[in-house]
Amino acid sequence: MSVLEIRNLRASVAGKEILTGMNLTVRSGEVHAIMGPNGAGKSTFSAVLMGKRGYEVTSGSVELDGVDLLAMPTWQRAVAGLHLVMQYPTEVPGVHVDELIEQAWRTRGRSTTELADAVVAEAERINFDARLVQRAVNVDLSGGEKKRNETMQLALLKPKFAILDELDSGLDVDALRDCARRVEDATNEDSLGAIVVTHYARLLEDLKPDFVHILVKGRIVESGGPELADRLEADGYAAFSG
Amino acid sequence: MTTLALPTTEEEIWRYSRIDELDLGAYSPQRCATQVVGDPAILVKSSGSNVLKHDDVFTQTNRDNSEAIVIRVPKSHAGGAVEIIHHFDTSGALYCPRVIIEAAENSEVSVVERFVSADGVKALVIPVLEVHAAQAARVSYLAVNELGATTWMIAHQEAEGERDSNLNLSVVALGGDYARVRTECRLIGQGASAQQVALYFADGTQMHDFRTTQEHVAPRTHSDLLFKGAVAGKSKSVYTGLIKIHPHARGSEAYQTNRNLTLSEGAWAESVPNLDIETNEVKCSHASTVGPIDDDQRFYLESRGIEPATAERLVVLGFFNEVLERLPNKVLATELYDRVVAKLAASETVGSE
Repeated sequence: MSVLEIRNLRASVAGKEILTGMNLTVRSGEVHAIMGPNGAGKSTFSAVLMGKRGYEVTSGSVELDGVDLLAMPTWQRAVAGLHLVMQYPTEVPGVHVDELIEQAWRTRGRSTTELADAVVAEAERINFDARLVQRAVNVDLSGGEKKRNETMQLALLKPKFAILDELDSGLDVDALRDCARRVEDATNEDSLGAIVVTHYARLLEDLKPDFVHILVKGRIVESGGPELADRLEADGYAAFSG
Repeated sequence: MTTLALPTTEEEIWRYSRIDELDLGAYSPQRCATQVVGDPAILVKSSGSNVLKHDDVFTQTNRDNSEAIVIRVPKSHAGGAVEIIHHFDTSGALYCPRVIIEAAENSEVSVVERFVSADGVKALVIPVLEVHAAQAARVSYLAVNELGATTWMIAHQEAEGERDSNLNLSVVALGGDYARVRTECRLIGQGASAQQVALYFADGTQMHDFRTTQEHVAPRTHSDLLFKGAVAGKSKSVYTGLIKIHPHARGSEAYQTNRNLTLSEGAWAESVPNLDIETNEVKCSHASTVGPIDDDQRFYLESRGIEPATAERLVVLGFFNEVLERLPNKVLATELYDRVVAKLAASETVGSE
């Protein structure tokens, strides 16, 4: 059992404070949905957890099983067990998906002898054309293929915790269901702890959250069970602006 | 000997170059040590036709001192392949290799020309390439600069394609002190097409210099150019490219892309694209970028748990892969990939000192 603990996290972008005191505790196997209107700080939260440049943490802590993640560069956070599924996955020309996964396995000290078989199996499971893994990362892929690719990488890297930043962006219904189910399976099979950052409740029909948190103006203003998403659907964010 | 004067950087085609440092008189002509391997049916000794339209002091110097290798491909002859390797090993020597490719109607030929010298050889190489592709002929040519870090090269290439012909002209430049390739590609028959690609990677105090013209003379001609380079250490690179569409070249398409990676603070790259279009019914585009490794690409790889140095290496090799994948010779592409890997490793070691 692992724990990801975010305490009183404050962060700024270009001198402007976006996260104003985030608190969140996620345990292995749990699914937490973070919902919020545009500009609430959802993407900043994802970027700060992964250590993207340009985001300054001004106070607070993020610990994975007691280890300080904020003191680590991005790649070490990933090796420690944190994974980010990006809202708009970056195209990396000329770098092939299988090459990327091979390097990622190497830094984790994993033998790469079973990599090819694992890639084929995971690609099939997520309905991603396995031939695309020998092509450049996210280049010339459709929105659905990009997210299937991202989800396949999540399955192959087996992190302890994953942040899914607007997984539903640019996705058709079939791709959304495939990706959501694969993440759900990982929470059961690999005890993945998932933080699902989303604007819409639709995603949560396929990826059932244990907890729902409402993010407004850079902090969580209300937490509850799945019923909170239903209330949000009915009343809108205005009811939570407090 | 030559009657023309040395150009200066005042001339647009020599702008940003290191021509001011050249003392042509300091070099004395010497014969090239050249190996030619290939189909004897298409190799002849007699001099070929002259397609050069842009004479200058260097093409003249070459003409005065060269013994041409002529590749004459008979009508409908397919699968012809020639590899030419020049070794330049004497400091103070002027080398003038000349290759002439004449591909007759519906013939096919693939030529690789490699320029090799050891580090420390202060020689001047002035190569000339002339290519003529007759109707429906298919010519592929790849120049590989494997020169040592003190050798100069000033290369001049001209190619013309007649009706429905295809020209594939590539350059891979890793070596040289100042190494320049000027390529004039003319599509003179309707339906002719040309692809041009280049990979260049300079480090230390090297400078790579490329000048290209994609000239569309006839209707419905098609050209596509992709030049990608990187500069590390205190090295420099220049690319200037012109797409020229003549009034009668209706229905033509011309594309030109030049991308440059600056891998260190002290490195410098210049990219100057130009269009000169004299008819309306054409499709043209050009794109040019100069900059460091993309932050988002680096972050993406690092977010998968890849160390920064490895992430950077993957991005740079990925950048070059796009060119290597377009090279006609797959075996050579693999060898060149390994050389790029080695050069990148060496430039990182120097960079971290």
